[in-house]
Amino acid sequence: MTMTTDATSTPSRLDKHALAKLIAADIPAGAYVNLGIGQPTLVSNYLDPASGVTLHTENGMLGMGPEATGDQVDLDLINAGKIPVTELPGASYFHHADSFAMMRGGHLDICVLGAYQVSVTGDLANWHTGAPDAIPAVGGAMDLAIGAKDTFVMMNLLTRQGDSKLVETCSYPLTGVACVSRIYTDLAVFLIEQDGVVVRETFGIGFDELADLVKVPLRQG
Amino acid sequence: MVEVTQSAAAAVADIPDGATILVGGFGTAGQPVELIEALVDSGATDLTIVNNNAGNGDVGLAALIGAGRVRKIICSFPRQSDSHQFDAKYRAGEIELELVPQGNLAERIRAAGAGIGAFFTPTGYGTPIAEGKETREIDGKHYVLEYPIRGDFALIKGHTADQVGNLVYRKTARNFGPIMAAAADRTIAQVHQVVPVGDIDPENVITPGLYVDQVVVIPQAAVPDQEQGQ
Repeated sequence: MTMTTDATSTPSRLDKHALAKLIAADIPAGAYVNLGIGQPTLVSNYLDPASGVTLHTENGMLGMGPEATGDQVDLDLINAGKIPVTELPGASYFHHADSFAMMRGGHLDICVLGAYQVSVTGDLANWHTGAPDAIPAVGGAMDLAIGAKDTFVMMNLLTRQGDSKLVETCSYPLTGVACVSRIYTDLAVFLIEQDGVVVRETFGIGFDELADLVKVPLRQG
Repeated sequence: MVEVTQSAAAAVADIPDGATILVGGFGTAGQPVELIEALVDSGATDLTIVNNNAGNGDVGLAALIGAGRVRKIICSFPRQSDSHQFDAKYRAGEIELELVPQGNLAERIRAAGAGIGAFFTPTGYGTPIAEGKETREIDGKHYVLEYPIRGDFALIKGHTADQVGNLVYRKTARNFGPIMAAAADRTIAQVHQVVPVGDIDPENVITPGLYVDQVVVIPQAAVPDQEQGQ
């Protein structure tokens, strides 16, 4: 692995927990945040309770607490991934139309979603591989992606085959158009800006090596 | 006037073949399992079901689908780790799927109950979901035209009802209940308990009884003791 003198580079790639910790540190105090399902929910493990960040879950709750354990498990209190969770003081419940109005109406500050691909203009593909035998399922991803004020993606930069998931144009069916503002990956953080993609920092890789892997125009932050 | 009964079978007896049924629940939370099981027993078939998911495990909605009684399902997230009943029917070409983003699903149901003819939503613009649909640019933003989803029946699950059908839900089991109650010609709500009129603080009523035609008491749909009578 090449070491560089780039001041924003750290010596090793990030695992999903370190990445979740980094995203958590970037969420401003007092923000209203939706962490989708799957890997992005790890971010909640690293939010400082004193920061006053409020978690939204699409199935009708603000003020979601950590995953329920033991006697706390209550099947009427679940998150978007249908995992039993807990409620924090100040929590509220509401019906589905209100929950999605919060997204579409621009009331959520940040959502963090996984992705199959993100384009250089912030198009997101994360719901369907387009495979003919796949059963499509979209859930709340399309509403979240275009509704939150900022949509962050959390993913590995490369597929198992070594292809970049940051692409010029998505080949998978889209979830939303020009909706992603930031991409957190194991190798780098990318900012999607009006005039292109900026690399904010890299992990265990130099800018030039990263640019070779990604094959889309990048600027150094 | 709301009818209160103990019999799920009697409540669903009038649902005919070919009906469109709004079914509450997000996964199993808020799913009116006993009403759906009664529907399985009733024999009604060729049904169109509207639900967020397409059944979990082998009970409730999954059992109805597995019994081959659902012609079409309108939902946002059919594929789950335990959706094997749906998966088998879908792969065999024996069930039609209309996939709707979850927020569009909720708003289309809400619109039906609120008398809205159609609405423009930004969700799905530029995606396969919008193919063939009318779009419009409003103040520089792109929208897709979506139409209401109305049911002949709604089957929902509340926690507590009173004798006039006012409903209180419990935690995230509320989900689609309130909007489905308003969007069907006939709404049947199963609840854990029925209390006398006046026992629910009017400030705490979530679904006014006006939307509810029938209340079915299913006491065995138990919740932790400390939560009862909230």
